[in-house]
Amino acid sequence: MKPLLATLALTTALVLPGLALARPVTLTTTLNNYGGDGAYLALYVTDAQGAYAGSLWMAGAKSKYYDHLSGWYRATGGDTAQVAGITGASVGAGRTLEITLDLADALFDAGYVLHIDAAVEDMRDSPGEIAVPITSTGGSAAGTRYIASFSYR
Amino acid sequence: MTRALHRWPGLVAALLVTLLALSGAALSLFPAAERLAAPQAEAGLTVAELSGRIAASHPGLEQIRRAPSGRITAWWFADGQPQSAVIDPATGLDAGSADPNPLQRWLTGLHRSLFLGDAGRMAAAAGAAAMLLLSGSGILLVARRVGGWRHWFARLRGPLSGRLHVEIARVAVVGLVLSSATALWMSASTFELLPDGASAPVFPAEVSGATGMQLAAIPALQALPVAELGSLSLADPADATDAHLLKTSAGSGYLDQGNGEMLSWVALSPWQRLSGIVKMLHTGRGAAVLGLLLGLMALGVPVMAATGGVLWLAARRARPRIRGNAPAARADTVLLVGSEGGTTWGFAATLHAALTAAGHSVHVAPMAGFDPARHPQAARFIALAATYGDGAAPSSAKGFLDRLAQLERAPEAPLAVLGFGDRGFPAYCAYAEAVAEAARAKGWPQLLPLATVDRQSPQDFARWGCDLGQALGRPLELVHQPVVPRTETLRLLSRRDYGAEVQAPTVILRFARPRPTPWQRLTGQGLARYRAGDLLGILPEGSAVPRLYSLASGAGDGFVEIVVRKQPGGLCSGQLCDLAPGDSVAAFLRPNPGFRAPRGRSPLILIGAGTGIGPLAGFIRGNRRRRPVHLFFGMRKEDSDFLYREDLAYWQEQGRLARLSSAQSRGPQPHYVQDALRRDAAEVAALIRQGAQVMVCGGRDMAAGVRAALAEILAPAGLTPALLKAEGRYAEDVF
Repeated sequence: MKPLLATLALTTALVLPGLALARPVTLTTTLNNYGGDGAYLALYVTDAQGAYAGSLWMAGAKSKYYDHLSGWYRATGGDTAQVAGITGASVGAGRTLEITLDLADALFDAGYVLHIDAAVEDMRDSPGEIAVPITSTGGSAAGTRYIASFSYR
Repeated sequence: MTRALHRWPGLVAALLVTLLALSGAALSLFPAAERLAAPQAEAGLTVAELSGRIAASHPGLEQIRRAPSGRITAWWFADGQPQSAVIDPATGLDAGSADPNPLQRWLTGLHRSLFLGDAGRMAAAAGAAAMLLLSGSGILLVARRVGGWRHWFARLRGPLSGRLHVEIARVAVVGLVLSSATALWMSASTFELLPDGASAPVFPAEVSGATGMQLAAIPALQALPVAELGSLSLADPADATDAHLLKTSAGSGYLDQGNGEMLSWVALSPWQRLSGIVKMLHTGRGAAVLGLLLGLMALGVPVMAATGGVLWLAARRARPRIRGNAPAARADTVLLVGSEGGTTWGFAATLHAALTAAGHSVHVAPMAGFDPARHPQAARFIALAATYGDGAAPSSAKGFLDRLAQLERAPEAPLAVLGFGDRGFPAYCAYAEAVAEAARAKGWPQLLPLATVDRQSPQDFARWGCDLGQALGRPLELVHQPVVPRTETLRLLSRRDYGAEVQAPTVILRFARPRPTPWQRLTGQGLARYRAGDLLGILPEGSAVPRLYSLASGAGDGFVEIVVRKQPGGLCSGQLCDLAPGDSVAAFLRPNPGFRAPRGRSPLILIGAGTGIGPLAGFIRGNRRRRPVHLFFGMRKEDSDFLYREDLAYWQEQGRLARLSSAQSRGPQPHYVQDALRRDAAEVAALIRQGAQVMVCGGRDMAAGVRAALAEILAPAGLTPALLKAEGRYAEDVF
């Protein structure tokens, strides 16, 4: 995946490139064959209180459809500045999205939760399909509708 | 200019536009099918009742959506699996699968982006823009061709591909404009060029904290008819901070899951509403019948692309390259060409070659660029002018009259004008006449009086060439072959001879109809389809110039019949008159849509003299429905050149011919066909008042005499032959 870190660090302070206080993490999201067009995915983090902390990645380029990612949209008010520079193409059915980024040490084992909202045209929206705590040992989860599996390490 | 704006986008985008139109036409079926298949909600059903019914039978319900077709879909979670189904709103129970149709999805992907992502979306938008441009320029071209907006649906003449192109276009253009304009709007919306983006309501900062209120009891849902529902996404009952999200045709808002209160609401902006309407118009979702109509009209696009390509190729082929065109500044003779389809360029090329061979330095140019200052050496100008529609300038002559009017004074070198046209049209050579008149008014000296060439007749052209040769002081032979015709061999079955006693040897020749090949049958080429009144071109031995004869039979008669009078010294008529049964000639068909028996039951008045009876006899023979036909026939002497005498008597017996009035020009009291008309004036006037159609076939002088006689007869009724012609009720075939 692209080195997307500079902007991300500035906008969200979740990711600290080149600092000793960060560690590289690879996020792997594999979609199942749900029989529809490419899925929009929003990857974002909430803190221990459930409040929005920042975005990691937005798969899907057209912001007019972001309201279907209702968890992310609700948390950010649809603010596209939250994903400026960390936006890519939507992910086709059966495909895998892999992103590598440097996450700040402070995020690990501190109650932060990584969420993925998914949406597909003319199919049901799937907010919060993935929700996994961020721990230093990594983690994985299976989705319910569009996401066959998700893991990070 | 308009033509260029039609031709080039058409040629460049033909394939793309065809692909978009075909996929669009296929997609137009889905909303209609969905509308028919989806169980519809009963009138007055509210969202509260509907969602209550669905929730009762679907524990774990997450979302309800209503498509514009009225189809209700529910999504729920059961047994750890996401589920979905189309719902019968009457019961709240499952009524079918909600899985997307793979074919529809594939077609949508093709139609919208050619499977190429945003690049493909831009290409599709460019295709829509090309379609809009083609529609706009096409509308202007049709209006010009038919002679004004009021004649938008006027009858068309001309070759099949051109007719088909315009016939389809003038019906389908409404749909194509709508489809392409809405497509551009949707593209602009997709690329976020329009301020119609989503505006979701703010998530409420505070909720009641309670859960579990029945959907059926929520007031906002009780007040909402199902027809206005977009979607209802239910809150997670395990999360007391969550809220229901309701989207309707008016806006969207959050509902408290504990007390049903509307916590926030945002209405759709006017832009979003407009985009919604545009989307409905384009996709037919929510307007299935309109969608089907648009799809049907889109089917015209591939046909128009094909016929448009054929037209372009034909025009290109018909416009030969002028070899050895002299430079404008050094030419002593300047040929100005006003051509629409390109055939007049062919005549210009022939004239250019003949004049060049005669030692002249000849420059050929379109009339549109006329500027005498560019030709300081010019000793003569020759304008070859076709006519477009109702007397308008053909495309390569646009602006000529304005340029002429703006000149300080006309050139000193004299001008000859030759008009090209079709006598079947009311405005025969009207543009050439306008040019000649404008030149006269400007004081431009005349090289030759205005002459005309009817239906690309090589004979007319050759005759004018003789006159031009005389004016130039040396003989000029113009042998023009418009298009090399592919001839077929016709074998003579029988011949009937007339008129030898009156020094007008005339023969009715009946040839066997050649069996058309399957390909000819399919494409209508060769002698696969012909009707009485069409023209049979005969290529005489030893000449490249065909002679045209009117057909006296149709394909249904099973033979090919013409009437030929032996011309003194005539090459072709001589050869034809010498044919014996079993002999053969080379012939081809030239359709003549301007002179065919009109359809319907209205009376027909047929007027002909001499060999002019040929097509008229064909019309009578084909009159199996026995419409009233009145034939006026002029001959020399009854017992010598009464062509078709026995046939006419037989047809009269059978009711195919109602009445025959004949006139003999040889005898103690010479009588012409126009005299026969005057004799029956009252009846003729009565027939015409009943809506009769008049068809005249014969020599030029006879046609003029008939016109004069009819003008007298019709004057009391306030009618003239010209008026009838304008109504399409007066057709002439003159030779």
